[in-house]
Amino acid sequence: MKEIILEKLNVQFSTAIESVNEYRGELTIIVKKPKIRDICFLLRDDPQLQFDSLRDVCGADYYRHDDRFEVIYNLYSIPNKFRLRLKVRMSESDIHVDSVVPVWSTADWEERETYDMFGIIFDGHPDMRRIYMPEEFEYYPLRKDFPLMGIPGSLPLPRK
Amino acid sequence: MDTSLQDPKQKILRALEDQDTNITFDDPLEHDMVLNMGPQHPATHGVLRLLVRLDGETIVSAVPDLGYLHRGYEKIAENCSFHEFIPHTDRLDYLSPLANNVAYTLAVEKLAGLEAPVRAQYIRVICAELARLAGHLVWIGTQAMDVGAVTVLLWGFREREKIQDIWDLLTGVRFTTSFTRIGGLAQDMSAEVSAAIKKFLDQFPESLDECEKLLIKNRIFIDRCEGVGYISKERAINIGLTGPALRACGVEHDLRKDEPYLVYQNIDFDIPTYTDGDTLARFYVRMEEMRQSVKILLQALGKIPQGPINASEPKRVLPQKERTYGKMEELIHDFMIVNFGINPPIGEVYHAIEGSKGELGFYIVSHGEGHPWRLKIRSPSFVNLQVLPVMLKGGMISDLVAIIGSIDPVMGEADK
Repeated sequence: MKEIILEKLNVQFSTAIESVNEYRGELTIIVKKPKIRDICFLLRDDPQLQFDSLRDVCGADYYRHDDRFEVIYNLYSIPNKFRLRLKVRMSESDIHVDSVVPVWSTADWEERETYDMFGIIFDGHPDMRRIYMPEEFEYYPLRKDFPLMGIPGSLPLPRK
Repeated sequence: MDTSLQDPKQKILRALEDQDTNITFDDPLEHDMVLNMGPQHPATHGVLRLLVRLDGETIVSAVPDLGYLHRGYEKIAENCSFHEFIPHTDRLDYLSPLANNVAYTLAVEKLAGLEAPVRAQYIRVICAELARLAGHLVWIGTQAMDVGAVTVLLWGFREREKIQDIWDLLTGVRFTTSFTRIGGLAQDMSAEVSAAIKKFLDQFPESLDECEKLLIKNRIFIDRCEGVGYISKERAINIGLTGPALRACGVEHDLRKDEPYLVYQNIDFDIPTYTDGDTLARFYVRMEEMRQSVKILLQALGKIPQGPINASEPKRVLPQKERTYGKMEELIHDFMIVNFGINPPIGEVYHAIEGSKGELGFYIVSHGEGHPWRLKIRSPSFVNLQVLPVMLKGGMISDLVAIIGSIDPVMGEADK
């Protein structure tokens, strides 16, 4: 299965693949950010691959100068019983990535959560709002520079 | 002055729309009504809040609002060691805490390259299946009560109480179990526990049949569930449903079979699948799943071998507490693991189990330190709740509670 995926991706997106890595039997492919939606369409619609469900989207903050943030897509193919992880990297100055809601509608809330926690903006998302935190909250709690105890006064309290 | 404010209807509408939310509805018709349901509402199973736009009794659109139970467990996980996070997993799906313990420990073990001994794996299977029964028993009661049958709730809780008594014997607590350890378990399962489980399993199928008879011969229950909250197979897959809700749409997908973990490949069981995709189908899937769990439990109890319950990896697996008082080596290892953690190698893994609500997974990134760099909880309730607007649209207001009940969300897990 791994060979088929890489072969298909190499035919159409040979320049978009940054690295391929396998750890504990899990395949991870890091792809270039502008191509993510096209790659997802290919993975979903190809009759051999059939990645028909997206199980998870999440962000990660690596707290480094280049490519600080990552968005991780956890794909699953029910017919092939195969799991694949896609990743895109981005720096803090260009914190936009194409939304994959047109491919899988699961991504709707998952991307909202990623936005809420990391401030990563998904272009083309139908409803880019915070999901857990109140809308007027100014920070992104899962970023590494957000303190564990929170920021005093950042959450509006009910008026007395 | 704004003319819209003078219109009394607009005034009422504005008062109904809470100022704390800026949820906008497309195309507000004149005779529509916005109903706010929750976060404190008995039929939303916790603190789910729904804003429903109604045209008469028909639901035009619904917007779920989450976050009332958000405790930031992913942030907490980044700041405590791998062992310290186990008690927090109890509070995710608080109806079946043992399954969360198992899921988290399996993910950490995959990351660290550890494997628990066979006996521990069988005990974990028993834990996971007891947790599934406990979760489904609350579901059957609340689902029935949502559509007006109170008896089943009491009967379901009566059975659940027996499971909690077993947990009491097995883990020492009834509710927040924190039973698993990385590389093993907190303590062994005694003969007394297996006898208690056997005794419970002897009478449980009969009690379950009684509960089922109360419902499937009940005209009101069938009428309120049949054809309600329908979702097609393609839509369900695309929106990411997992667990019983997906299997009720005719997709035979169960991680216990598709990505076998623990010792499920040694155990014979079926995946109940129905094709109707409505609330009644989800009811039948869960009922059948409970019977399969009984089958799994009986086999696991028969096959469980004797042996150690903790992997022989003294530098990464916590020693038995009694031994740390008398043995120097154990004391040192205990000190090192508690203070500095188990430091799995640099890498990232995702491991999921089939929880009672669906795919419960943990994605962990390790930088070789004692605590995870990033931990993401893939909670089934969160993803499954996304389907609510789809299922509710065009339905009746009275079906709303039946549909929420059939998705079976646990807000502790959805809000993390």
